Amino acid sequence: MKPLGPVLAVAGLAKSFGGVAAVREVSFAVARGEMLALIGPNGAGKSTCFNLLSGQIRPDRGAVFLDGEVVTGLSPRAIWRRGVGRTFQITATFASMTVRENVQMALISHHRRVWRFRRPARQYFAAEADVLLDPVGMRDQAGRATGELAYGDLKRLELAIALAHAPRLLLMDEPTAGMAPAERGGLMALARRLAAERAIAVLFTEHDMDVVFGVADRILVLDRGRLIAEGSGAEIRADARVRAVYLGSGATSGGH
Amino acid sequence: MAGTGQILIPLLTGLADAAGLFFVASGLTVIFGVTRVVNFAHGSLTMLGAYCGWSLISRLPPTPLGFALGALATMAILAVIGAGLEIGLLRRVYRAPELFQLLATFGVVLMAQDIVQWLWGVEDLALRRPPWLRAFVTLGGARFPRFDLVVIALFPLVFLLLWLLFTRTRWGRLVRAATEDREMVAALGVDQRLLFTSVFALGAALAGLGGVLMLPDASANLGMDLTTVTDAFVVVVVGGLGSLPGAALASLLIGLLQAFGIMLVPRATLALVFVVMAVVLVLRPNGLLGRPPGRDGGGGEARALVRPAPAVLRRFGLAVLVLAALAPLFLGPYALAVGTEMLIAMLFAASLHFMMGPGGMASFGHAAWFGIGAYASAFAVHLLAAPMPLGLLLAPLAAGATAALFGAFVVRLSGVYLAMLTLAFAQIVWAIAFQWVDLTGGDNGILGVWPARWAAGPRGFYWLALALAVAGTLGLRVILAAPFGHALRGARDSRRRAEAIGLPVTAIQLAAFALSGAQAGLAGGLYAYAKGSVFPTYISLGHSVDALLMVLLGGVATMSGPIVGALAYTGLYDVLLSATSLWRLVLGAAIIVLVLAAPEGIAGGALKLWQRVRPA
Amino acid sequence: MNKTSLSRRALLAAGTAALAAPRLARADTSAPIRIGEINSYSAIPAFTLPYRNGWQLALEHVNAAGGVRGRTLEVISRDDAGKPQDAVRLAGELLESDKVDLLAGGFLSNVGLALSDFSAQKQVIYIAGEPLTDALVWQKGQKFCFRLRPSTYVQAAILVEEAAKLPAKRWVSVAPNYEYGQSAVKWFSELLKARRPDVEFVAAQWPALGHIDAGAVAEALASAKPDAIYNVTFGPDLTNFVRQGNTRGLFEGRSVVSLLTGEPEYLDPLGDETPPGWIVTGYPWASLDTPAHVAFRDAYQKKFNDYPRMGSVVGYSLIQAIAAGLSRAGGMTPDQLAGGFAGAAFETPFGQALFRPLDHQSTLGTFLGKTALRDGKGVMVDWRYVDGAAVMPPDAEVRKLRPGAG
Ligand SMILES: Nc1ncnc2c1ncn2[C@@H]1O[C@H](COP(=O)(O)OP(=O)(O)OP(=O)(O)O)[C@@H](O)[C@H]1O
Ligand SMILES: [Mg+2]
Repeated sequence: MKPLGPVLAVAGLAKSFGGVAAVREVSFAVARGEMLALIGPNGAGKSTCFNLLSGQIRPDRGAVFLDGEVVTGLSPRAIWRRGVGRTFQITATFASMTVRENVQMALISHHRRVWRFRRPARQYFAAEADVLLDPVGMRDQAGRATGELAYGDLKRLELAIALAHAPRLLLMDEPTAGMAPAERGGLMALARRLAAERAIAVLFTEHDMDVVFGVADRILVLDRGRLIAEGSGAEIRADARVRAVYLGSGATSGGH
Repeated sequence: MAGTGQILIPLLTGLADAAGLFFVASGLTVIFGVTRVVNFAHGSLTMLGAYCGWSLISRLPPTPLGFALGALATMAILAVIGAGLEIGLLRRVYRAPELFQLLATFGVVLMAQDIVQWLWGVEDLALRRPPWLRAFVTLGGARFPRFDLVVIALFPLVFLLLWLLFTRTRWGRLVRAATEDREMVAALGVDQRLLFTSVFALGAALAGLGGVLMLPDASANLGMDLTTVTDAFVVVVVGGLGSLPGAALASLLIGLLQAFGIMLVPRATLALVFVVMAVVLVLRPNGLLGRPPGRDGGGGEARALVRPAPAVLRRFGLAVLVLAALAPLFLGPYALAVGTEMLIAMLFAASLHFMMGPGGMASFGHAAWFGIGAYASAFAVHLLAAPMPLGLLLAPLAAGATAALFGAFVVRLSGVYLAMLTLAFAQIVWAIAFQWVDLTGGDNGILGVWPARWAAGPRGFYWLALALAVAGTLGLRVILAAPFGHALRGARDSRRRAEAIGLPVTAIQLAAFALSGAQAGLAGGLYAYAKGSVFPTYISLGHSVDALLMVLLGGVATMSGPIVGALAYTGLYDVLLSATSLWRLVLGAAIIVLVLAAPEGIAGGALKLWQRVRPA
Repeated sequence: MNKTSLSRRALLAAGTAALAAPRLARADTSAPIRIGEINSYSAIPAFTLPYRNGWQLALEHVNAAGGVRGRTLEVISRDDAGKPQDAVRLAGELLESDKVDLLAGGFLSNVGLALSDFSAQKQVIYIAGEPLTDALVWQKGQKFCFRLRPSTYVQAAILVEEAAKLPAKRWVSVAPNYEYGQSAVKWFSELLKARRPDVEFVAAQWPALGHIDAGAVAEALASAKPDAIYNVTFGPDLTNFVRQGNTRGLFEGRSVVSLLTGEPEYLDPLGDETPPGWIVTGYPWASLDTPAHVAFRDAYQKKFNDYPRMGSVVGYSLIQAIAAGLSRAGGMTPDQLAGGFAGAAFETPFGQALFRPLDHQSTLGTFLGKTALRDGKGVMVDWRYVDGAAVMPPDAEVRKLRPGAG
């Protein structure tokens, strides 16, 4: 049985680039099945936070716990193996492969079939890949070249890839950027459903406040690397400091 | 008294060497920084500078002013040549896949060799030194050439001028911006074309200066293009690609190391430079002052979808294979020998393509593995008296094992740095083969590596080569389609994504590197038995470049590229070598025409044509 | 010995007489004898282009004199681009497609060895013109390969003749770091020490071929405070070395003994910087006034409007040697040809030479002299011809050095 504590707990996480303190002493936790939004103006440190959690960057200080186990400073690969899937702000997919092959690759890695040299990769887990592509609405495009997809479709594909190893924690960095406003709700509703059905903890960043307030159970606000507020949608909307930050920067939606 | 001389004179000698290196390397690094072109023709520009300088200065009054005027005029001429090269050729291939421009510049190298020989003749041209060029100063009891002091003084001067140019002028700021972020400059609405042309002109002028300043100490000769370009590459890479201060620092480091190294290890001078480069790259993967490459684009680059070959192509391939298998029944021994060489070239090219195309790791030193395989077979015959099958087994094993060992350092790097580290290794291996005569026989090579009786005839050996080359090439294709191959390609497409789905990227790349080395080693072993002998030329830079040309010519992005490229390149080379004394001119021109006509390579171009004719 | 030399002389006289009064070719309609010739034309043009002129001139002379046994000679020439592996492939093409009767050529030692190995394998005669490596006739010597030029050993041995007379005791050497340079230093120091047990070699510099760091090399040699310097560098490396050495005073008050430096290919680029008084082997083309050489030089200058280089002599002599070997052979089988060449004497611009049956090395020698400056150009003075046979090791020694074939 899985322990009952939070899936992800972060304590005093900090990272600077040269003189720029991108993330300062950030602490929070995400529970099973919870949708937690991390918002903040451009350059607040959201992506850096994600990179610290998923192992792309090593923190200067602080600790990251997955179900109580310390994973601070582990490689992205090790963290992925422990059940963390992620999508990127700037999508990262395999452009020379088809949509299905992208997902198959994640499945091959998950099932530890990377060191296979004979049977064609496309014969591995094709059906499973389609099962993953179906809910994100990419099944009918499974045979297309990834390099020619629209940006919104790439985001959907990334989600399917991130779910391939049935993660316990899903990190989504601006999952709907580049999508038409109408599509955004659908994708996030899907994420929400998956979180609930599979008891996945979801941490996401998002610039579209309608999306944020629509799906998040709880919201964290980051400003210049520091957590300045935490609470439900209503609480955040009412928070004076948050309003100041957003009015000050003038960016409440769109750009990244 | 003797004490000061013992340190001071080598120090000054090293500084003069450093200055010479810097003039050539500064142009190369500036060109690379802005245009991302690995300009193999930079040595040819230096050679042109030396020859032009010789022609001009010999006709001017033998005074310092005459020399200076000649040098400036040479720089102007070279600037025009550089601009012409950029406008006429390179501008048309910037959009081509990475490193493809290298192919174009190599075409220029070949053509320049014949053109210079035609214009200036075959004899070394040494500038007649008037007394002021022969003058010396006496320091601590030893004599030192006064002109070398001038060269030393020019080093900081040229550096300062360039530095001012890059920091204090609008043009310079644009160039620096372009070095750091090409897209940004494009977005600023700056005319990139003018910027690139002017940068090329500047780089060529600096190469010309380097060439002219060699004249008082050396001569203008037909071999100087390749000797200077390798040195310049080393300096640029050690300093950090695109970094002017880096090039200055690296010139100093290498110049001084050479001057003092010669006293300590006189035999190791050739390898020394490459050992320095290897050590620097291992410790600092982006050179001394280079910046890490920009953040991972995340697969933003357009990549063609890789699909299994269409049925038509497969049937065609099968037909060709059957034809090739039946060839010995109607071809004579010479044609079969040529066919055998083509098959080996195909295997060699396929092995490079494996790491360079799907692996995303271009190599400038792939001949190292070929050579290690060839020498392994030769040693097997001579030291172990091993039968041929064992010799052919040892070749890929030795090459693969060395590649695995060395690859651990290589795969930590990327792009041109990675390619340069492979070059460093290949040059060290070459130096051992060439200079360690007691072990390897030196350039006299190892003779008598003839095949076993059952494969001794041209037919037998052809069939053996066909079987191994086809098995090897197809084997690589099977691996590329398998999970491992997909993972390799994935790591190239987006390292970030690959890591985020748990792929052991470094291990995968290392395995690919070793596999590629092993296949090249097999090709080398086969070649040793086919020729009956092994020579250091198998490991030379020229042979590594051959492999690169074959892959690029065929097309990196297509699976059949290396096969087509190997057949086209070896065929073209063989025919031209026998047909005309101007084969370099014609081959260079042919390469340039192909580059301009088919920037995706021959196979890529053919594929495009096919798709246009028969829309899928 | 006498008997054969008579017939040889008759033949050679016929060859040279043809120059003055070409005889009508005997009415023989049989096909020409084909020589497949391979050399590094594009890679080393400074040497190989004069060489090509040389063999073209000789070909004209031989054919004008009626060819060999009534058949004209025909040369099919190929460029190996400086790569032994290409030379071997081209040899195959020449043999099969062009049906040549024998192979010839080579400048680089490795090309020579590769062609020799090929010739042994295919049982076809190969006459090496230029390659210097001793291995060609000794360690790797074989029945079907003959070599024209004096080898590295012979060149070094000839220099030792004069070097041993010098008072110098402390020697240093500078040689390109590859087989040729290493052998040249090894033989020179061995032979010199045998003659002069009191000499010692106190320092050695091994610049990479084509990559000399001349200032540093000159400095390193000077710091060993030698009495004499033995130089093996050539080409661009030599020019560079001489200039740095001149400016830095390396050669002042020291003896210098230098291999091949008297050959116009290497001496001419030195121009007015030619250091006088170096003891060198080479080719004094302007002052060699033997009838054979004058005839050769005049014909060469008339045809090419240029003076002959060492390569020209090699090319010319190569064809003469082939003509002599062919006419001496009883037939065209490889064994008959090998028999014909072994012991064949031929005329060269330097005088007569012959292929020693012992090791298939020709006795062609070279000139030993001193460098001097005349009108701003380097020349060889005080020279004398040293016949190759005069400095060869004793026959018993050679047999030991040549294990493969008799
Ligand atoms: N690799 C890096 N090197 C140097 N500085 C970096 C690096 N990555 C991020 N930064 C800096 O850290 C700060 C936080 O950046 P981050 O990308 O985390 O912000 P963000 O909140 O994700 O912004 P956005 O909404 O624009 O995506 C910024 O000032 C950024 O310039
Ligand atoms: Mg971000």
